[in-house]
Amino acid sequence: MNKTILLIKDTAASSDTTKDLKAAFEKTARELGMEDSVQVVRVSDLGIYNQGVVVKILPNDLIYGHVKPEHVEKILKVTVKEGTPIEDLILRNVVSQTRIVLRNCGVINPESIEEYISNQGYTSLAKCLLDMKPQDVIDEVKKSGLRGRGGAGFPTWMKWNLARTSPGDQKYVICNGDEGDPGAYMDRSVLEGDPHSVIEGMVIAGYAIGAKQGFFYIRAEYPLAISRIETALKQAYDAGLLGKNILGSDFSFDLEIRLGAGAFVCGEETALIASIEGKRGTPRPRPPFPSDKGLWDKPTIINNVETLANIAVVFQKGGDFFSSIGTEKSKGTKVFAVTGKVEHSGLVEIAMGTPIRDIVYNICGGVLNGKKIMAVQTGGPSGGVIPEKYLDTPVSYEHLIELGSIMGSGGMIVMDVTDCMVDISKFYLRFCVDESCGKCAPCRIGGFQMLKLLEKVTDGEATPDDIETIRRIAHTMQKASLCALGQTAPNPVMSTLRYFEEEYLQHVQDKKCRAGKCKKLTRFSISTDKCKKCSLCSKNCPVGAIPGSKEQGYSVDQAKCIKCGRCFEICKFEAIVRS
Amino acid sequence: MINAIINGHSVTVAEGTTILEAAEKVQVKIPTLCKHPDLPPTASCGICIVKAKGNNKMLRACCTPIAEGMDIITHDTEIVNVRRSVIELILSKHPNECLTCGRNGNCELQTLAEDFGIRRESYQECVSTISSDTSTGSIVLDPRKCVLCGRCVNVCQNIQDVWALSFVERGIETRISPAGDISLSESPCVRCGQCSAHCPTGAIVENDETQKVWQNIQNPDNYCVVQIAPAVRVAVGEAFGMKPGTNLTKKIYAALKRMGFKAVFDTNFSADVTIVEEATEFVTRFTTAPGSLPLITSCCPAWVDFMEKYHSDLKDNFSTCKSPQAMLGALAKTYFAEKNNIDPKKLFMVSIMPCTAKKYELSRSAEMFASGTQDVDVALTTRELARMIKQAGIDFKNLPDEEPDHLLGDYTGAATIFGVTGGVMEAALRTAYEYVTGGKLKNIEVQDVRGLAGVKEGVVDVGGHKVKVAVAHGLKNVEYVLSKIRTAKKEGTELPYHFVEVMACPGGCVGGGGQPYGVTDELRKARTEGLYCDDRDQVIRYSHENPYVKKLYEEFLGKANGEKSHHLLHTNYVARPEYQK
Repeated sequence: MNKTILLIKDTAASSDTTKDLKAAFEKTARELGMEDSVQVVRVSDLGIYNQGVVVKILPNDLIYGHVKPEHVEKILKVTVKEGTPIEDLILRNVVSQTRIVLRNCGVINPESIEEYISNQGYTSLAKCLLDMKPQDVIDEVKKSGLRGRGGAGFPTWMKWNLARTSPGDQKYVICNGDEGDPGAYMDRSVLEGDPHSVIEGMVIAGYAIGAKQGFFYIRAEYPLAISRIETALKQAYDAGLLGKNILGSDFSFDLEIRLGAGAFVCGEETALIASIEGKRGTPRPRPPFPSDKGLWDKPTIINNVETLANIAVVFQKGGDFFSSIGTEKSKGTKVFAVTGKVEHSGLVEIAMGTPIRDIVYNICGGVLNGKKIMAVQTGGPSGGVIPEKYLDTPVSYEHLIELGSIMGSGGMIVMDVTDCMVDISKFYLRFCVDESCGKCAPCRIGGFQMLKLLEKVTDGEATPDDIETIRRIAHTMQKASLCALGQTAPNPVMSTLRYFEEEYLQHVQDKKCRAGKCKKLTRFSISTDKCKKCSLCSKNCPVGAIPGSKEQGYSVDQAKCIKCGRCFEICKFEAIVRS
Repeated sequence: MINAIINGHSVTVAEGTTILEAAEKVQVKIPTLCKHPDLPPTASCGICIVKAKGNNKMLRACCTPIAEGMDIITHDTEIVNVRRSVIELILSKHPNECLTCGRNGNCELQTLAEDFGIRRESYQECVSTISSDTSTGSIVLDPRKCVLCGRCVNVCQNIQDVWALSFVERGIETRISPAGDISLSESPCVRCGQCSAHCPTGAIVENDETQKVWQNIQNPDNYCVVQIAPAVRVAVGEAFGMKPGTNLTKKIYAALKRMGFKAVFDTNFSADVTIVEEATEFVTRFTTAPGSLPLITSCCPAWVDFMEKYHSDLKDNFSTCKSPQAMLGALAKTYFAEKNNIDPKKLFMVSIMPCTAKKYELSRSAEMFASGTQDVDVALTTRELARMIKQAGIDFKNLPDEEPDHLLGDYTGAATIFGVTGGVMEAALRTAYEYVTGGKLKNIEVQDVRGLAGVKEGVVDVGGHKVKVAVAHGLKNVEYVLSKIRTAKKEGTELPYHFVEVMACPGGCVGGGGQPYGVTDELRKARTEGLYCDDRDQVIRYSHENPYVKKLYEEFLGKANGEKSHHLLHTNYVARPEYQK
């Protein structure tokens, strides 16, 4: 008998009062003789805020808000036992997440294959192996409209079909777990929280294309993910879900783990292949595409973790169900790692087509400290910024590209008015310069030179000609770089230039940084009118740059000041002037 | 066949043809800095980009196969501007030292900068400060000048199988170095110089020793003599705008005399001596000690070094014969010195070689000092010779023909083909056949061992004995040959070969690492034909019939493989570690 799971969470950010409530649920369940059919889990986040204690009931997928101890018995009797919703408690108008990829994360014990199986785990694999031909499997994925979640959005079925029809005595399936965008941890959460879903996706992929071997390529900085996958692999082998004649079928499939050594470029598929082959991780020209000549020159598919985690659902609920979620061309859901100036940062899984504004304001609780939003950055170092006026744009591959950004693998950084757009683009560009493999000249030297020019801008030393040179290098990199890393590295710069050119011009012409982030353009001084000579700034200055006395007052020694802004933040009388 | 359009011109090419190659069919030259005809594309420079209608990305012409119906634009304002921008970016990371560079006037980057009319530095200079690696004495690696095209790494790893060079670091810090950042002399480098032959810039060049030679020529206490290797004569003309393959032997003799050398010898003479020694060695092993077969040639110092590092288990199979360069050095400082009453210590021997490894060979073992002093003092490459001729103000093209010093200067057709792959084998077979049978080979030109196939195998009937031979060039190809030998030895089965020739460089010495720049198969073939033509033109085409060789044995050496020969003309091999560190 399947258990009903109650996920409880106090959605007030400041407290968690659910301990007693959990005990109350468990006590009442025992009294009602329901202890075997109910499992109560306190969770860290439900993506719902300021709705009191929230209880999410699975599998019914009901969400009750403002739950009090007096509701416990009714919830158990009416909803859990009889399956009837309690209308008064149902939270309405909450933009909720649609959890497909993260369906099991935080819900099941990731180290228990039994729990995965009891949540319909491996039923899709059984269905594929026992009831479907490989071509039927590909057709079902085609019906689902699933596209690659690594960033480029290539139709998954097409990739599989190319590898299936490509001749080869050996073929390979690779799971790309080399997640590396700054601040992104979607794949990590899936690998750690639901390893079997990825394994199931890989075995189905292997069956579909005719592969006998697969590799997990996981970055070595994810030790827990690696250990969870190791555990899950062993369990799957022991259960006959990997290895020879899986589930008694003719299909045999082996899976191994390979570790990435910390190079961002190894997320690029040809560089990843080189890395698995034991070579220096640099991209090679395509064609030939991996589906023709991949790992050890054999037909190979490389799918992202999130893509693979979707596969089992496509077969559990059908391709038609999957394609009913999302927009015309972008189907299903997307997981984002929302960070930056947002009240509730974390992983968010939303249906494609959800407006960005809903993610920021309704799911993540709005901008930190109620400040004004400036822009949202998506797509990580290959992406771009989306200014406030476009926040109602629905999330989809096409819409984001139209705005000059990309879906990417799912990084989403919220920026408020205290963020400098030039500084942000410099941050991303520096990441790409650091991570450039060095193989092709446009990326290797172009990125470096562009970064030097951006540093000139933020140091207040650039001329308008430098902005033109930045555009020229960007165009060169976009057109002449070998792989996507170099081709897209200028995107953060180009998109901030597109939407916030006046900010660049402020740096260049007025030698000013609106946000006060660019140190060389920032000057702190003390307004004698407002200063109460309290000495707080002087005591807190880390470099002793504010000399003076309570009698004579204080001033900032500009030669010593390191522009850290500590005095500005600490002054209670707004006497520190930032200019 | 694939039908496509390039700049409005229809083109029909075989499937798999790249856009770059297809463009050549319609007289369009797409610029590139990294693609070399010898090597697979690395797609690293980003200069050969073109547009295909309907595709908003630019494609790399060097590595993109042209597809049916493609409509390619190779040159428009945007494409040329992107190319110019890439070249300018590369120049910003490249030192502005053209005037003092080994590739001045013959540099692919310099040519591109000129072709694109680059007249100012658009980007801030960001040249690294890392110092040059001069540790081998043969080649100089200056990472500052490197454009990271990857040709040297590719040729070192995939053509030569040496794996001395690799990429280290990443991003803007990426550079070429032996793995682990050791010096080249501590690495498996065999000094073949193929890296320098393929480098588009001055990042890897030969160690220039021309000034050292000038000083010694001009030193009145010295008696400066010189020898020229077979492959030099058909290549040096390229440096003077002459047709590749033109045989300039006698103009080189004339030039060397005018430069001040007191005697001019020909390494071809000692190639004939090598054949007499090596054919004798082969016949002895073949008839009396078949267990010591196959005999493997040892003329190529890069191959010798490679064998000592990677295949020393087969060192007993190596011919103990020194290379012709080393033999001539030893004979000049003994036989020639004695006959002319010259103090060998004052005799300064220079050799002109197509090869950078020859610089290493000069002191590779104690046997290289057989005359009591270093037998050859300096080895120059063909490129250095061309430079010296120019420095001396010699109008090379219009020089009259002159003769060498006959004692160590006259040669046969068998000797001159030492410069091509298969040549040593062919020359040795001509002589060995006669040693065994007393008669002449039916076909003096052994076609089985000619041509540019990486491994050539053949069977020659030597008086009823089936002599199985193999010829490999390009060090990667030796693996195939040696594996067959090892397998047969291990399993106790019949030997696959009795006689094996190996030359490190593709094409043999005509494609050597010290030859004029820009080597391609086309050039290798032209130089090869120059030497085969020289062979055909010689009255005597058997080494053992060289009258001066006969005289040498009668007057000085005694018999082939005799005691004196062993002392002066033979050497030993030791196992050496691949890495010194």
